[in-house]
Amino acid sequence: MDKTNSHIPMWLLAELTFACPVQCSYCSNPLELSASRKNELSTEEWISVMRQARKLGAVQLGFSGGEPLVRNDLEELVVEAKSLGFYINLITSSIGLTAEKITTLKEAGLGHIQISFQGSNRESNKLLGGTDSFDHKVAMTKEVIKQDLALGLNFVLHRQNLHQVEEFLNMAQSVGAEFVELANCQYYGWGLHNREHLLPSQDQLIEAERVTNEFREKYKGDMDVFFVAPDYYDDRPKKCSNGWGTTFMTVNPDGEVLPCQAAKVIPGLEFPNVRDHELKEIWENSDLFNRFRGTHWMKEPCKSCPEKEIDLGGCRCQALMLTGDATNADPVCSLSPHHDEVLKITEKAQRPFREDETRQLIFRNPGNSKKIQKEKSELASATDLPNSSTQLN
Amino acid sequence: MSEFNLETATFKLNPRYQFQWEEAQQCHVLLYPEGLIKLSGSAAEILQRCVAPTTTLKLIDELNNQFPGAEGLANDVREFLTDAQNQLWIVPAGE
Repeated sequence: MDKTNSHIPMWLLAELTFACPVQCSYCSNPLELSASRKNELSTEEWISVMRQARKLGAVQLGFSGGEPLVRNDLEELVVEAKSLGFYINLITSSIGLTAEKITTLKEAGLGHIQISFQGSNRESNKLLGGTDSFDHKVAMTKEVIKQDLALGLNFVLHRQNLHQVEEFLNMAQSVGAEFVELANCQYYGWGLHNREHLLPSQDQLIEAERVTNEFREKYKGDMDVFFVAPDYYDDRPKKCSNGWGTTFMTVNPDGEVLPCQAAKVIPGLEFPNVRDHELKEIWENSDLFNRFRGTHWMKEPCKSCPEKEIDLGGCRCQALMLTGDATNADPVCSLSPHHDEVLKITEKAQRPFREDETRQLIFRNPGNSKKIQKEKSELASATDLPNSSTQLN
Repeated sequence: MSEFNLETATFKLNPRYQFQWEEAQQCHVLLYPEGLIKLSGSAAEILQRCVAPTTTLKLIDELNNQFPGAEGLANDVREFLTDAQNQLWIVPAGE
């Protein structure tokens, strides 16, 4: 009933590498970062993925990561993608970008660059991104504008930088950016790990939205500003990636195909790999893509809900992380019997932000990844002990 | 920036947009950062003639030849072009 044929995977997100010079504590990548890049798809494998996706009807292609500029074959991939008929977006920290590289990528067929900022000034950007890169980001922003390539600036928001929205917008306006996205971070991967120190208070959000609206009014027509509110403050959930298995397809650096970037957290799912299966087979027939496609999998209160087609039950990963069961309603929904969990979390976030909280953030880097995995396995073996002893009895 | 006189100016498709036929959707589309516009058959007929610089009169002429006897064609084309100009799908050519 909800099967496939009407669904075209219009968006292909190609996560070229998990390697990244920035260490954002809100990153949605998994906590388990492999230290080595040897398992990454090769140039030929990516070209095959792009060709297959295009055949399925994909038109938008995002090169992302990690930091896609880390890949030496980026230009070659852009050339190939363009010849296949993709519209190509580069989602980057701008580290590794140069004026020459912008020219080359534009000539290769790149349509749009999105540059992310971690803070609104040099010090804060360094503190929150773990990289001294603010001046370079501003320089590259100006260069992209100069070379007349479509540009979006992305300022990822959380409780530690929401007060900087005005400073950021002024910077963006002064360099001539036409499109700015103020996106509250989502709580997956590293973002979930750091949630306590990322989730903003309601007061912070109200103030940031007020400043944004004022700015919009003042610069109407010159700059478009998008404000993405954090999930936890809504009383209805957002659809997962426009609906699980309806529009989006993410291929991660190792070739696994995901309906959304975060789906790896859901246990019991098998992630088919482009090294073993055709993309068409994965999109249309894999258990993964059919598991939560449409509404067939729903339980109450979603099953009989008149709004079920609107949000399709919300985010499966959020349901899992906050209720322990991925087939539950997204607890962001006020109709969910687990909505209390969300309220408990947001209640704790109502304290005012204090500068010294920044020290509590765990930055995304291989060292911390190793440490977290070690802690997890120690915890697992510690909790295993009573079980094994009962078995012995 | 989009201020130009549709009756006198030479214009073309905005290079920021990617215009193409989509087999999977059986229609022409305009692609832009992270988005897509599906075009009707008549919109596509007009826009594919804007890939190279053109004028309103030239466009109407070409379409009249292609679809002889189509009623109200000139008006429809002007209406669409005004809309396309507002959306920045077409921009002045030659700068």
